[in-house]
Amino acid sequence: MAEEDGVRRRDFINIAAVSAAGVAGVGVVIPLVSQMSASADVLAASSTEVDISAIQPGQAIKAVFRKQPVFVRNLTPKEIEEANAVDVASLRDPQTLAERTKEGKENWLITMGVCTHLGCVPLGAGEGENRGEFGGYFCPCHGSAYDTAARIRKGPAPKNLEVPAYEFTTDTVVKIG
Amino acid sequence: MARILSILVGLFFTVALAWSFGRGAYTQITEPAAPTAEHHYHLLPKDVHFASDGGFGKFDRQQLQRGFQVYKEVCSACHSLSHVAFRDLTQLGYTDAEVKAIAAGFSVPGTDPNTGEATMRPGTSTDYFPKPFANDIAARAANNNAVPPDLSLMTKARHDGPAYVYSLLTGFTEQPAELIKEFPEAKTPSGLHYNPYFANLNLAMAPPLVADGQVEYGDGTKATVDQMAKDVSAFLIWTAEPKLEKRKQTGWAVLGFLLFATILGYMSYRNIWAGKKH
Amino acid sequence: MSFPWAKEYTPSHPFMKWMDEKLPVPRLIYNAVGSGYEVPRNLNYFWNFGFLAGLCLVIQIVTGIVMAMHYASNTAVAFDTIEMTVRDVNWGWLFRYAHANGASAFFVVIYIHIFRGFYYGSYKAPREMVWLLGVVIFLLMMATAFMGYVLPWGQMSFWGAKVITGLFGAIPFVGEPLQQWLLGGFAPDNAALNRFFSLHYLLPFVILGVVILHIWALHIPGSSNPTGVEIKSESDTVPFYPYYVAKDGWAIGVFAILFAAAVFFFPNALGHPDNYIPANPMSTPAHIVPEWYFWPFYAILRAFTQDFFFIPAKLMGVLAMFGAILVWFFLPWLDKSPVRSGSYRPTYKKFFWFGLIPAMAVLFYCGGAPAAEPYVMFSQIAALYYFAHFLIILPIVSAIEKPLPLPYSITEAVLGKDEEAELAPTA
Repeated sequence: MAEEDGVRRRDFINIAAVSAAGVAGVGVVIPLVSQMSASADVLAASSTEVDISAIQPGQAIKAVFRKQPVFVRNLTPKEIEEANAVDVASLRDPQTLAERTKEGKENWLITMGVCTHLGCVPLGAGEGENRGEFGGYFCPCHGSAYDTAARIRKGPAPKNLEVPAYEFTTDTVVKIG
Repeated sequence: MARILSILVGLFFTVALAWSFGRGAYTQITEPAAPTAEHHYHLLPKDVHFASDGGFGKFDRQQLQRGFQVYKEVCSACHSLSHVAFRDLTQLGYTDAEVKAIAAGFSVPGTDPNTGEATMRPGTSTDYFPKPFANDIAARAANNNAVPPDLSLMTKARHDGPAYVYSLLTGFTEQPAELIKEFPEAKTPSGLHYNPYFANLNLAMAPPLVADGQVEYGDGTKATVDQMAKDVSAFLIWTAEPKLEKRKQTGWAVLGFLLFATILGYMSYRNIWAGKKH
Repeated sequence: MSFPWAKEYTPSHPFMKWMDEKLPVPRLIYNAVGSGYEVPRNLNYFWNFGFLAGLCLVIQIVTGIVMAMHYASNTAVAFDTIEMTVRDVNWGWLFRYAHANGASAFFVVIYIHIFRGFYYGSYKAPREMVWLLGVVIFLLMMATAFMGYVLPWGQMSFWGAKVITGLFGAIPFVGEPLQQWLLGGFAPDNAALNRFFSLHYLLPFVILGVVILHIWALHIPGSSNPTGVEIKSESDTVPFYPYYVAKDGWAIGVFAILFAAAVFFFPNALGHPDNYIPANPMSTPAHIVPEWYFWPFYAILRAFTQDFFFIPAKLMGVLAMFGAILVWFFLPWLDKSPVRSGSYRPTYKKFFWFGLIPAMAVLFYCGGAPAAEPYVMFSQIAALYYFAHFLIILPIVSAIEKPLPLPYSITEAVLGKDEEAELAPTA
């Protein structure tokens, strides 16, 4: 009996020692994984202020937010009308223009300039660029076409262009992020 | 044969060394090195303690805020702090809004969005502390041909750094009369300032902290020169190593675990070798 | 070679059997660091340092890969990227300090490992190749460590690069073009920094390769031991697993405690404050020294202050500095003693403890001290002994000294008697 207990106690110590080594291994993995996530300087630089006073109706600009383009478009009344005329239920990603803009500022369409298919920058924000058959944005990589509310209408992209979190700090300045 | 060759090579090196040694020793005796003023009058940093010292040391955030105030109101006129961003100041206990206000108080280089011309704009919290001079040439021109060094890493870039900074700031004195008598050529040149804690005794920086009450502390601490020097040194410990507290805390946890694991390892080792004489 | 009594790898699980037929990696591990490798039972703690050196290499490679993820080898930003790593990357400070102190830990371990070899005659036949590969590893480590120290592009980095490449400038005729070729310019700049980074990333894997050869070569005769008597029978050995796995395991614990204490509480103790000042090609720090692990060789370099016949002092210093390590390559043939272990060589032992060790201590100390008297004179005496020890004393002493009687076997040394010894003919 005593002998058996002794054997068990000794096995226990060996198992405990190996387990401790395992815990140490896991402890080392935590910083190894964590160091690859965004660093403090990257996270800190994650809001952008954009002056929109110079954008005429029908024009758009590209700003930079989190190192990616963001499209700020001043919609014309005709474009707003076209967007509202669409049957929302028929859309791949059903959203109204009102849901994609701020109340009282429906003419300001602010979206990421990143195609929801595989991340290319769609055309249409620059003067004279191809805006696709729905008059919004057109992604040349794989042919996704967005309408005047930047909703996906045709092509492989699954979602509408993303609307980032933003707020109007004044009538002419938008803070994104 | 190999051995004879080896001994010959050995003799080559040893004789060459003996020759160097002999000549060196002879020179030492016949022309002993002349004493220098630095050698006699340079002082090691004063003995001074900070809240962050020691294995369990933590920053005194009130003191860091005071030290930051000294940097902002006195040092920043000439010295940059280029590795520190305004956002880092939240670690001193400032709120986001306070950091924003502090940042806005500094002008940082920017670009005019309409013309593309270089311009100055108010800082934001993601900006780094701006440099007081555009480049080294401008710094030299404005400071009697000396470049004021960046202070971010100062307490790590000198031996016994925090004590060195404190000693230097409080160590300006008149040059001792006996020094000039003993080493007439070591008289402090005009434009430089005598300080025995500086390696070559004379530095270009004029005493920056000159009068009690030079800055007005918000927390009621009396702003003596000594207090301001200590506070700004503490602040520079933080700028050099903002992760100091985390490093020490993690260290204790790691050491505690390793001690436990090593004891287990030792017991396991004894247990496996039990009965095996070695 | 494996001893006849060594256990044979016999996989029981069908997958392991399948694996053993296709790619016998488990068998390789079993025979290298498992139950299949028989090791002398009487190894003392100095024999743990080989394993620890392997651990240090792994630490350096892992932390180094992390550092490289955040580093940019451009003189304009190199210093800043390291500071950014320390300040803003998650756990960046830990990786930086672990990598910098890891280099020091590696050299502490490797110096003990090398001097273990000197004392116990580990370099002697049949382990010459193990020794030669070990010296190659040491040279590669020195090159890697030197180039790594340049990467932060601080004051010591820059001036270290300038001074060390300047050594090559001492070589007659080809010196100056060689130095320019090494740097890719007239002084250290982007070209040098980039190639140093590239090589600093490459060389550790070369070291890893040579380490594998080093262990391979070791496993042919098997490990040496403190008596220096070769393995004779099964009672002389124990299998590596579990015996030496357990012993190395707890040694790792002790090492890790000391290493963690340095990393977390004294991370800058072995570094130089000047390397926290960005490189300035216009101003040399008052007192430039290499990292502590180069000090003995740096002291030898500086000990030659006089031209020797037609050889300039600078060239003598460079020759001697490289010679001080190259001489290790010849040790197996300079040491003529029939006995391996210093424990049974009374005269050699005295020269080791009262000659070589104090000389190394002086060289270490003086290499880190300013280039002034009395340090130069001390290092001249110590360097003189250093060369005399390996090139004059060792060949002579090993030929004439009368060794102490050796135990018949490891078993006899451990247990006091070996039954086989009584059957064997007296030597």
